[in-house]
Amino acid sequence: MVISGICRDVSILSVAAAGPEGAAYGCYVIELENPGFAPAVSGQFVMVRPAAFGGDPVWPRPFSICRLTPEKLTLFVQACGRGTNILCRLAPGETATVWGPLGQGFALEPDVPTVMLAGGVGIAPFVEYAATHPAPENLSLVFGHRQPLSCYPFEAMAGGIGRARAFHEQTPEDLPAFIALLDETMAAFAGGLALACGPRPFLVTVARLARKYGARAQVSLENRMACGVGGCLGCVEKNALGSYVQTCTEGPVFWVEELSLLEGA
Amino acid sequence: MSVDTTVRLSGLELKNPVMTASGTFGYGLEFAPYGDLRELGGIVVKGLSLAPRPGNPMPRIAETPGGMLNAIGLQNCGVEVFLRDKLPRLPVAATPVVANLYACDAGEFAELAGVLAGAPGVAALEVNISCPNVKAGGIAFGQDPSMAERLTEAVKKRAGNTPVWVKLSPNVTDIVAIARAAVLGGADALTCINTLTGMSVDIRTRKPRLANVVGGLSGPAIKPVALRCVWQVCRAVSVPVIGVGGISSAEDVLEFLLVGAHAVQIGTANFMRPDMAFRIAARLPRLMEELGIGSLDAYRGSLVLPS
Repeated sequence: MVISGICRDVSILSVAAAGPEGAAYGCYVIELENPGFAPAVSGQFVMVRPAAFGGDPVWPRPFSICRLTPEKLTLFVQACGRGTNILCRLAPGETATVWGPLGQGFALEPDVPTVMLAGGVGIAPFVEYAATHPAPENLSLVFGHRQPLSCYPFEAMAGGIGRARAFHEQTPEDLPAFIALLDETMAAFAGGLALACGPRPFLVTVARLARKYGARAQVSLENRMACGVGGCLGCVEKNALGSYVQTCTEGPVFWVEELSLLEGA
Repeated sequence: MSVDTTVRLSGLELKNPVMTASGTFGYGLEFAPYGDLRELGGIVVKGLSLAPRPGNPMPRIAETPGGMLNAIGLQNCGVEVFLRDKLPRLPVAATPVVANLYACDAGEFAELAGVLAGAPGVAALEVNISCPNVKAGGIAFGQDPSMAERLTEAVKKRAGNTPVWVKLSPNVTDIVAIARAAVLGGADALTCINTLTGMSVDIRTRKPRLANVVGGLSGPAIKPVALRCVWQVCRAVSVPVIGVGGISSAEDVLEFLLVGAHAVQIGTANFMRPDMAFRIAARLPRLMEELGIGSLDAYRGSLVLPS
């Protein structure tokens, strides 16, 4: 495993609500100066700690790289706690300490039919994945969301890839239908590649379906993290052998069979 | 003006008093991309045990106001892997690398001390008699003066010429009593303090935020407690004291030196940004210059108390 990374203080370029209803639902696109990152592997992440945190909150916050260009690092952020609420209220010109690109990203197999399974804000890494994929016609997207679709970068992605489908989970009663859609999708991609990012129960479902169909699947975990660089051992996940592996350096993307996600599920 | 950041401590010369705290800096290598390890005063690595330890179930960490709780449970690669795979990659000639020891009883501590003290490149041993996150041993040693003394003695006997530092717990009625006991046992220096035992719960799920239920509180929130402990211990013992607890700036470093510490360790602040310890080490001489502090030896313990 190569340990690398760059840590810099950079300026916030913009913070904008994602779509017309983004502000109401707490969905934001944050653009920062590229801290000097070379192109990253989609699915890698960054740690961000704005100067506005001061001494509290203490931890930086981890975010998947949503888009990386030589000039800009773009993050897709949902304001849902102390840290993200501060982040989503930053003004251009304010600074943040950013380090990365961190961890192991998604597998890239250009000629293999690949489905991106995204849940909510978990769509973020797939924006970069789709934008940098050499054969985007081989990509499909199945996107489950709770907020209005316009709050997510779905439409922009849908135009550039083979197939995209969104499922609006408005009440918990909608869940079985979404799981049925995932089941059908996983069956169709059993010979391909499935990549998933979203809430843990969603990833557990993906792991279960991957086993059911013998599909090759990767999941991106969102474990609570302090340092992001392998220093604290706080973000661990139990692997298939029952040992703890670090989500920050060995993940956040894992093949489902490397983990024990189905244990107790 | 020229400033001298050198610190002499238990037979070691540190180029500056800024070290990293065990458990917050991995094995050092994780942070190498973010700064030059040789610029640090010292590196204290993740607590080592004789055999590898898997650590506690997740979740292991929780954020708290101005700090965090952890219950990692001393997950580590074991002393053998450390000596074989990690230590040779650290710049031991340029900066002291200190091994932090954890064991379940005095015999194991002594065995571990024997293995590490004989290893070239290990500058000192820091004995963790105070980890709150493991069920056997750990904090019990740190809470009982006679056990702290016996344990220190046992480690000291096997440590040869390698200095032995004892890391104290703040979770005691009288930290001075434990400090004196460790010194009686032969400690060459004392590290103050380990984390404060704490807890965090979620009122909606009605669950504790840590799988271990309780964990150790660290971060800026505990700095006043650490400072008080260091001050008390410095007044009571003659061996050097290493301050740790909530330090996140060069100003904080000087606060600990002012109350008597010889050196400090940066802990949770390493999580605030991975280059934190390097930045503090680089900033310290400039701050000394601003404040007209020529040498740390002269500044140490110069706190002016109300008459």
